[in-house]
Order: sequence, then structure tokens, then C-alpha cells
Amino acid sequence: MSPTPTLDRDGTVIGTQREVRLTDTTLRDGSHPMRHRYSEKQVREVVRALDDAHVEVIEVTHGDGLGGSSFNYGFEAVDSAELIAAAVEEAKQAKIACLALPGVATVEHMKQARDAGASIIRIATHCTEADVSIEHFQAARELGFETVGFLMLAHRIEPTELATQAAIMADAGCQCVYVVDSAGALILEQASDRVKALVDTIGDRAQVGYHGHQNLSMGVANSVLAYRAGARQIDCSVYAMGAGAGNTPTEVMAAVFDRLGVDTEVDVFKMLEVADKVVRPIIERLPVMDHGSIMQGYAGVYSSFLLHAERAAQRYGVPAPQLLWEAGQRGYVGGQEDMLIDIALEMAGQA
Amino acid sequence: MATKAIAAIVGPGNIGTDLMFKLLNRSDAIDLRYMIGVDPASDGLARAARLGVTTSAEGVDWLLAQDEAPDIVFEATGAKAHLANAPRYAERGIVAIDLTPAAIGPYTVPSINLTENLDQPNLNMVTCGGQATVPIVSAISQVVPVDYAEIVASIASKSAGPGTRANIDEFVETTADAVVKIGGARTGKAIIILNPAEPAVLMRNTVFCSVPAEVVENQELQDRVTASIHRVADLVREYVPGYELRAEPQYEAPQEIWNGMARVAVFLQVTGRGDYLPPFAGNLDIITSAAARVGELIATGRIIPAKNADLSLEGAN
Repeated sequence: MSPTPTLDRDGTVIGTQREVRLTDTTLRDGSHPMRHRYSEKQVREVVRALDDAHVEVIEVTHGDGLGGSSFNYGFEAVDSAELIAAAVEEAKQAKIACLALPGVATVEHMKQARDAGASIIRIATHCTEADVSIEHFQAARELGFETVGFLMLAHRIEPTELATQAAIMADAGCQCVYVVDSAGALILEQASDRVKALVDTIGDRAQVGYHGHQNLSMGVANSVLAYRAGARQIDCSVYAMGAGAGNTPTEVMAAVFDRLGVDTEVDVFKMLEVADKVVRPIIERLPVMDHGSIMQGYAGVYSSFLLHAERAAQRYGVPAPQLLWEAGQRGYVGGQEDMLIDIALEMAGQA
Repeated sequence: MATKAIAAIVGPGNIGTDLMFKLLNRSDAIDLRYMIGVDPASDGLARAARLGVTTSAEGVDWLLAQDEAPDIVFEATGAKAHLANAPRYAERGIVAIDLTPAAIGPYTVPSINLTENLDQPNLNMVTCGGQATVPIVSAISQVVPVDYAEIVASIASKSAGPGTRANIDEFVETTADAVVKIGGARTGKAIIILNPAEPAVLMRNTVFCSVPAEVVENQELQDRVTASIHRVADLVREYVPGYELRAEPQYEAPQEIWNGMARVAVFLQVTGRGDYLPPFAGNLDIITSAAARVGELIATGRIIPAKNADLSLEGAN
């Protein structure tokens, strides 16, 4: 069964032509548990294997996107543009995507990624701040990128408000807007209601995607419901390699969609091999549902904060889960990793 | 009564309006005569008119056609507008204090280099994040070499107007450039985060500097760095009362992933004076306070003496 193509307002076919696209983010969101230390060799091996398993899109970037290499988020071992170029060389059918957060990444970074061969740019803002991405979407289209928008920490606002923000991105030239559950806080209908609100609002001109985290073990279930609510692009990561308790596992997602009769065109047997033989050996720290990461889902905290909170907690002798809980109470958003040190100083009586 | 310098604010948005209150309420040397915009429906123009400032929605063309031209223009539009307007101000001998990221003139941060730039025709105020963080980078680089400085500014969503939102790259690039050019770091980086939390969050800034291992090993040197940071924070506080360190500077031992360098981190908070937006908008306060300070010194140092010379200096000050 071939799915209905999505057309933009000019009648151009956009987004995925598969029934559902799996975008694998082992080499981007998975960069968090790797402390952004992926080597070029590792990137080549993983891309080659995912490409062979017929994954449609592979995202390769520092965990916090282009320009993310920093004291605040961690320095990358290899420049993202170099890793992207290596990934592009290895991929035969897969498209290589990269992430950009306005405020961290600039249009200049996007140009470098495009020059390195990335064909999809995923531009992310906090769920209420879509308008800061307008200049980046316009530039992305001029650079010839396929565009994806990320509305992060999507649990913090209601579906209708989220849809209003999605429309800002779509109007700026975004071809697929994602409901991004950065905290792994959304549970079942909370995810699919948001997807549905976006489909109802921008479905006439853009696709809708879903990015899940496993903090409350909802990644796979939420993704299935997101698909049923109209999402055509789903993020996942091998061995759940991602921030917090990780993302929706690619190998599980491929198997589940196959059993549901939804054609991702990903080879399930090969995906299982990739997970075990290629990705597992390079993982230094498997993302798990534990005290800290479950707290993130429960308190609605940006998943990338986990390792930073653990480091600050250790240095200042305070408990990491409480630190994360406090970060949720204060409403910190993606990118505010520095505030974890600030909270730790306060908890330790030094601020 | 002493003659005051005549000033205009071009751009009646959040920054222009906050600056207006500072000049009207706190300036001894500046007569804020004009508020200029391009939208007749602008709230900022209406507010200025209510406070007795002459307003026009006909832009810089109108301003420059006035018989009584301003001595100083505060530009609070956007980088593109200032690039177009700057030559026209220069032609008339009007000093431009540029609150956009256009950066035609030298970066000016009162606590670092104010006196160096007072004779310039055009002075750039960097960015709100730059005004908050570059003094700290400079404080550190005055004592030890700073190989790399990184600043993270987080501001309340409500305090970021449409100009800031449409040009967030300019904030990132201008601030990073100023960290190097006047902060004294060898390389620099800037990050900005908008946070919509309610109640609105205060402006926060974190400065990370990559410094030699000696700073961690040698207590005397570390004390000198810390003292320099406190000294500069005191200087900033003279014109931004709500500027404070959240904690003592935090020193961390060298790490391999930091190229073997040590790190100092400084956590800052800026509480605004609530002149226009409430106190959470310290980002407005810090750049408008800096601009007002610069305007005040230019007016007293240059324009007023010249004018008063015509009036035989009687009553100056």
C-alpha cells in the first residue's frame, strides 16, 4: 500500500514517501550518553549499518546540535561537520540530517553542515518560542535543506497552543513539525492529542513527527499512538541511545510497526543485528530508567540535563534526583545546563 | 540652568521605551526631546507622547528635518535600520549610541572601555548579554590569559521583543565577537536561551573561562582573579544596581577534554529596576543603563561644554 503523498501549498511533494519514516538519532541524541565523544570511525560504522538496514534518515550532530560543542553542553571529540561529511560518504540510500538550536547554532553553522552534505536540517526551539526559528527556516530553504521543526518540551503546553507554534514553523518554511517529548513526560493520549492538534492545523502543508524518550517507558507506545494520530515521521535510537533514559529504540520500533502492518521499509532482522553487533559494542553507558531519568519524566525535565546534573551533584555533594526535581520546579528549558550548577550551589548552601 | 544635550531615541520598542524612562527620570545632562518610530499605532510612541516627548511615526527622515536637530541619537531599532541610518547621523555630526547589533562603531562597555570611546561618532552597546558578561571576561583576562570564554545568557521570553527574536543570530555573533575584542579572550562563544516560565525568570548569565592550570594550583593567583571579578562587578553595579554574583567564582581543575586547561565559572543575576518592564527584564536594564551612562558622559564631556561656551560657560553643571 503506498501512502498518500504530502503536498505543500505550492503542490510540491514533501517529507517522507514511506508509510512512516524512522529517523534514527543514535548519532545525535545518542551523543549525550557518549558525552559527545563519538569518533569518525564509530560514525562510519553505525551509518553503514543503519543504511544497510534501510533506515530512511540518520541524524548526526553534537547532542545539542550544531555549535553545541561547549563548556555548557560538553566539547565534542570530532567537529560535527566532519562527522556529517563522513556519514554522507557512507550512506547509500539514507539521508543525513543534523540538528540546530537557534541561540546556539547560527545560519553560518547550517551552511557548514550543508557544505558537508547534510540534506535535512532539524531546527529546534522550546515549544513556546517557535518565532526565533523563522530566520533559520528561511535560510534553510534557501540552502536547499529538507526542513524539520522541533517543538521541545512539548508537555509544557496544551495541544492547541502547540499547534499555534507549529503553524509559525510551517509558515516559515518547515516541512514537518515534531511534537518533541524532551522530558519523556507525555503519556499515551497526551502525546497523540498533541500530534492530532498539529495534523489538524498544519496537515494541509506539512507533515507531523514525534520524538519520544523512555523516561516513563512510553517511547514505543506513544510513537504508535502518534502514528495513528497522523504522524508520518518517528524518531528512534538504537539501544535507545539518547538523553535521559534514552529514546524510542529503533530496533523495537521497526519490529512493532512491522507486526502492526505499518511499512517503515526497515529490515527488522538487519536492525536487530545492527543493534547487537555494531552499536552495543561502542556504548560506554547504556541509557536506563533509573532514579534520575524516571524523575526527569515525572518532573518534566529536559532529558539532556541528566549527566550534567549528576556531575554537579557529585561535585557539590547533593543528590542528583532532587537537583533534577528542582530544575523541573523552576521551569528551566533546553539549553540551561548551567543552571544545574547554580541549583547545586544553592542546595550546598554556597549561593 | 545648564544647557542639556538634546537627544532622540529611534525605535520605540521594549529597549527604546525602557531607555526613555531612564533618560527622563535620571539624566542631568540629557534632554530627551524626540521618540521616533515608523508605526503610528506603536504603543511606545503613544507612551512617549503621554510623557511629553515629541513623537513621530515618520522615521529618521522626519527627525533629520527638524530645525532643532538632536546632539545624540540612541538607536534602538535593528541592525539593518542602523546600518542605513548611521551615515545620515554622521553627516550631521550627531553622535550615535547604537543599541542594535550593527556594531559600526567600537563596542562600548562602560566598566571596560568607556573613556577610550568618548570621542567616537558612533558607539556600539554590544548586546544585553554582552553588557552583562564581557566585563567578567575582561576582569579575568586582566589577571591571567583567557584562551576561550563562553557566555550563556538566559532571559524571560516576555522581555525579548520582536527585533531580538527575528535576529537571534546577531546576538550570538555580536556577543561572541565582543568577548574576544574587548573581553580579551583569545576565542569566544555566546549562547542565548529564552525561558517562558511563569512567574517570569530574572535575567541570568553564566561566564565560563578557560584559564591556565596555575589558577587552580596557586591560591594567591586565584585570589587575584576572584578579586578582579568582584572589583569589576562593583563597577557595573554603579550603573546597574541589580547586577550581582549568585555565588563565589567556581574554579575547576584541568581536564583533558578542556585541552588540559582549568575553568572558572561565574554565575550572574541581573534584576532590573522595573522602569518599563518588571524587574525580571534585567536584560533591558543592563543595556539601557549602559547606553544612558555613555550618553550622560558624552553629553557632559563634549556637547554641554561646547554649548555652554557659546553661553559664556555660565551655569555649567
